Amino acid sequence: MPREAAPSDPQDLAILVIDEDEIRASIIEEGLREAGHQRVAVLADMRNLLARIEALAPDVIVIDLANPNRDLVEHLSHVSRAVSRPVAMFVDQSDAGVMEAAISAGVSAYVVDGLRKDRVKAILDMAVARFQAYSHLREELESTRRALEDRKLIDRAKAILMKLRGLGEEEAYHLMRRTAMRENRRMGEIARSIVSTANLITGDEE
Amino acid sequence: MSAGNTRILHERIRIGFMPLLDAAVPVIAARAGFARRQGLEIELVRETSWANVRDRLAIGHFDAAHLLAPLPIAAAFGLTPYDVPLLAPMVLASGGNAITVARHVWEAMKAAEPQVVANDPVSTGRALKGAIEARKARGEPPLAFVVVHPFSSHNYELRYWLAAAGIDPERDVAIAILPPPYMGDALAAGRIDGFCVGDPWNSRAARQGHGAVILTKPAIWPRSPDKVLAVRSDWAEANRDVLRKLLIALLESARWCADPQNREILVSIMADESVLGVEPEDVLAALSGRMPLADGERLVPGMLEFEAGGANRMRPADARFYAGQMQRWGQVELPDDTEARLARIFATDALEEAASALGISFDTSADPTEAQLFDRIPR
Repeated sequence: MPREAAPSDPQDLAILVIDEDEIRASIIEEGLREAGHQRVAVLADMRNLLARIEALAPDVIVIDLANPNRDLVEHLSHVSRAVSRPVAMFVDQSDAGVMEAAISAGVSAYVVDGLRKDRVKAILDMAVARFQAYSHLREELESTRRALEDRKLIDRAKAILMKLRGLGEEEAYHLMRRTAMRENRRMGEIARSIVSTANLITGDEE
Repeated sequence: MSAGNTRILHERIRIGFMPLLDAAVPVIAARAGFARRQGLEIELVRETSWANVRDRLAIGHFDAAHLLAPLPIAAAFGLTPYDVPLLAPMVLASGGNAITVARHVWEAMKAAEPQVVANDPVSTGRALKGAIEARKARGEPPLAFVVVHPFSSHNYELRYWLAAAGIDPERDVAIAILPPPYMGDALAAGRIDGFCVGDPWNSRAARQGHGAVILTKPAIWPRSPDKVLAVRSDWAEANRDVLRKLLIALLESARWCADPQNREILVSIMADESVLGVEPEDVLAALSGRMPLADGERLVPGMLEFEAGGANRMRPADARFYAGQMQRWGQVELPDDTEARLARIFATDALEEAASALGISFDTSADPTEAQLFDRIPR
């Protein structure tokens, strides 16, 4: 993307989203486009990152905090004097809550020197909101997936107990529940131990 | 940072760390009962970048952190995003780093200087200079090195050694930043030619066959403070008693980590998936000091030190050296009150108080007037 003269309105900012989570990256990209930003690039593959950032010459970089490459992005402002457009982490000293919200949500933003605060804050606010929404969604999906998995495991463990100890379905279930309460573990964990132990003894592979 | 926060934290302390061997002291303090003995519960949080550790310490997610020794200095000079003064009362580890190059660079060094001996800063420096001149003559691009962070001992020791060998770190080589876990792969893939990083990443590259460890930090700068414990100054003020207890736990942990009798347990805890997630043998090299150098395995005295010789106290000359290197490489223009600022950042009264509870005292009379870099020590 060749650099032109300084953009005159927010829509002209070149924004780079660095996120290995491609789904989340595309959610952020979509949010930026909805806000009228046309020049949005996404990097999900971290190879040769520095050269690619320099080639894209973004005005704003949005990066997820789980990404070890934050230290690399900060290098753009420190080590190399060859970089003609130094970037700095976006911090609004007048509003400590902004940074706290961003860090807690797991995202941060870097901007080229001299960019006006209010233009960047809107971008960061949007990214924070979408990061939060995405992590809630992922937590929900995760707990649904785990509940399903637990139910399957519990059924298998129940069948194993019924067979090995000659218990009825109800009794097998209550035995597992009592054990879970006594050991302060989830039912799913108890069931998993029973299933893997049984597999070990009978020689079945998971 | 709010008052509400600090009140809860009298019992629980959250410490952020980066997955490096020199995080052993806080890790062991949390895992081996030293903290609990002081009535503290340490929650360890493994981070993915120094930027995260710095930011989460600054905004109060962490009460304390395992931090690069030069980072609190950078914070005091306004080179970090937040205007939050830090206190670094204790050195957590000294040494621990090494410089590793790709096999082809080591071959070129040997071609330029057949007598080259690994871990000798003078002969390796001469060899690398020769290899670089040969590259220039052939019209090849400058060698690409990476370090972990702009404000890291790694960045400064690499540059110091290069400059001492007559190699201009700004022009004769390219120095960039890369997170440690990526360095081995980048070297193997030929995207970089060398790196300066803490172990286990050097030993690992050597063991995997694509890296040649040419120089260790103790050879460049013996007993150099590398990582510190850092807290916010206001947190330290508001939590004096907690800080004292934490420092006692960390000093006891440091002593435990330094005891060779505990090495086996230390190796298994540090290599574990929850800390470093590497092979035990990668961890053992730096802990035992038996480093897989480019020309064979040798014992490197002081490769990684947790407490030897009062190493937990930052000596003023060493802090001055870091600040001086920041200025040397154009990161900062040092103000007149630099000395006073450094004394505030690395104030040792809390450490001395904690040490006296353990019967440890620090001998300051032997402090050097300037940091003991290899080319400043009389040979």
